[in-house]
Amino acid sequence: MIVPLFLAGCDGDTDPNGPNGFIQIKGSDTIVNAEQMVAENFIKIYPHIAIAVTGGGTGVGIASLINKNCQIAGASREMKSKEINTANKYGVHPFETVVAFDGVAVIVNLNNPIDKLTIDDLHNIYTGKIKNWKDLGGKDIAFVLLSREVSSGTHTYFKEQVIQLGKKTSKEEFLPGTLLLSSSQAIVEEVVSNEGAIGYLGMGYVSGRTKSLMLDKGKGYFSPTVPNVISKQYPLSRPLYFYTDGDPNNLTKLFVDYALSEQGQQCFKSSGFVPLKDNATENK
Amino acid sequence: MRQKISEYIIESAIKLSGFVIIGFVILIFLFLLKDALSLFGTYSAGKFLFGTNWLPISEPPKFGMIPLLLGSIYVTFGAILICVPLGVATALFIAEVAPRSIKQILKSLVEILASIPSVVLGFIGIIWLGPFLKTTFGLTTGMCGLTGSLLLAFMALPTIISISEDALVSVPRTFKEAAYGLGATKWQTMWRVMLPAASSGIIAGVMLGIGRVIGETMVVLMVTGNAPVMPTSILQPLRTLTATIAGEMGETVSGSEHYYALFTVGLVLFIITFMINFGADLSLRKARQ
Repeated sequence: MIVPLFLAGCDGDTDPNGPNGFIQIKGSDTIVNAEQMVAENFIKIYPHIAIAVTGGGTGVGIASLINKNCQIAGASREMKSKEINTANKYGVHPFETVVAFDGVAVIVNLNNPIDKLTIDDLHNIYTGKIKNWKDLGGKDIAFVLLSREVSSGTHTYFKEQVIQLGKKTSKEEFLPGTLLLSSSQAIVEEVVSNEGAIGYLGMGYVSGRTKSLMLDKGKGYFSPTVPNVISKQYPLSRPLYFYTDGDPNNLTKLFVDYALSEQGQQCFKSSGFVPLKDNATENK
Repeated sequence: MRQKISEYIIESAIKLSGFVIIGFVILIFLFLLKDALSLFGTYSAGKFLFGTNWLPISEPPKFGMIPLLLGSIYVTFGAILICVPLGVATALFIAEVAPRSIKQILKSLVEILASIPSVVLGFIGIIWLGPFLKTTFGLTTGMCGLTGSLLLAFMALPTIISISEDALVSVPRTFKEAAYGLGATKWQTMWRVMLPAASSGIIAGVMLGIGRVIGETMVVLMVTGNAPVMPTSILQPLRTLTATIAGEMGETVSGSEHYYALFTVGLVLFIITFMINFGADLSLRKARQ
């Protein structure tokens, strides 16, 4: 689902000679709420800059960047080499900035007795090799597999890491019966009301209404918590990115720098993500 | 003289707007056709029309339309089964049975029903109807074809009711009087005389309702689960043509294979709705004669 937000400063008593203009941010639904918060704080400092923040999925943001419909694309996965080639063909040269870290949480209903899974279990569940929670020692309920739409970066990330287990040559796909929901919130609602459901989403959407599973990829079980993501012990830890056309300049540089600043990082933190550890610029 | 000139101007303005609309329709169709047929330069038409896998971001991508087409057909058929009997019966009630005061209230309620935004119905579907159907029918999930069918039936009802009611009201009074004169009861008159006499208008209403159902996007995107699977039952999650376009259009780079594939899906949808509307038009024309 697309959540457009239009922000514009309207304080009369600020410096009229400050930077002014318009920035369109599109992309990942995972970080759209954090971007929105960054943007709201940003325009308090630069009231003459208008910012529009829209979600839709990482694929949407990258396509918009290539189609020159946005200046900054939020992404929850790296751009694929095929996408970079397409971008170059359109005269766009994507520049990557890591803005925060995220863990992809696997969530189930609160009444589900299962607390932890291995990545292989997860793989078997989502490819249909096992069909029922009782095969994992849970209740006798069939799995209801939830996923985001194909436009989602989280979908692509999950497919690479879990469905294809990180192997580039793998041809495995999500079980065709997997529900492709149009927003992370829809996944939360279905998990809350359905005991057989299992879904995945960015840490920012985790709440007390669902249970996040501990995951193991050969190094023991870890929960999707901030320390586990920082230490990369949680198996589904990933960076979140901003993509710009070429090095960020003028307005976009102002915004990207703000997102990397202490106040900007605070917004990512309070949206449930993991801020870049020390000095942000060293992480690129 | 002056009157003649103004009349001429008005007449040509009306004529012009008519032609502009026709021009727009033709341009839209050509635009759709051009981008839709571009797919077949790189992807075989047979695989698109008869393929059973829709995997747009895989390597290599697969654009098999059959699961989406079946998804649309299942949801639409379910909605028709629900809304046609209900709609026609309501129209009969409003036109023939209800006392004047109730008639007015019912008519305005039907209009309110028509004005509910589809995204609101979608929310109701996610939060309430889906979980309700899940527990009632013991389903694995409430995000299924039936949830979509029920909500779409709601959306089609106002169209069916108001057009059918118009058709019933415009049946000449003499028909009814003749039936009563021959000793027919109220029910016999309604069933054997009024319905057949108004049938063309009712069919037109039903077809326009179906056109609305098959083209509706937001509700199905929100509640049917969008699983691109070959559906075997309306009680399982499925993916429709419209939801596929809405869910994936934003992420495609213009000119890519995926982009063209979505346009081809759009063309298929266009052809289906065009045929349905054409059918409705034919039957409305028959009704007028």
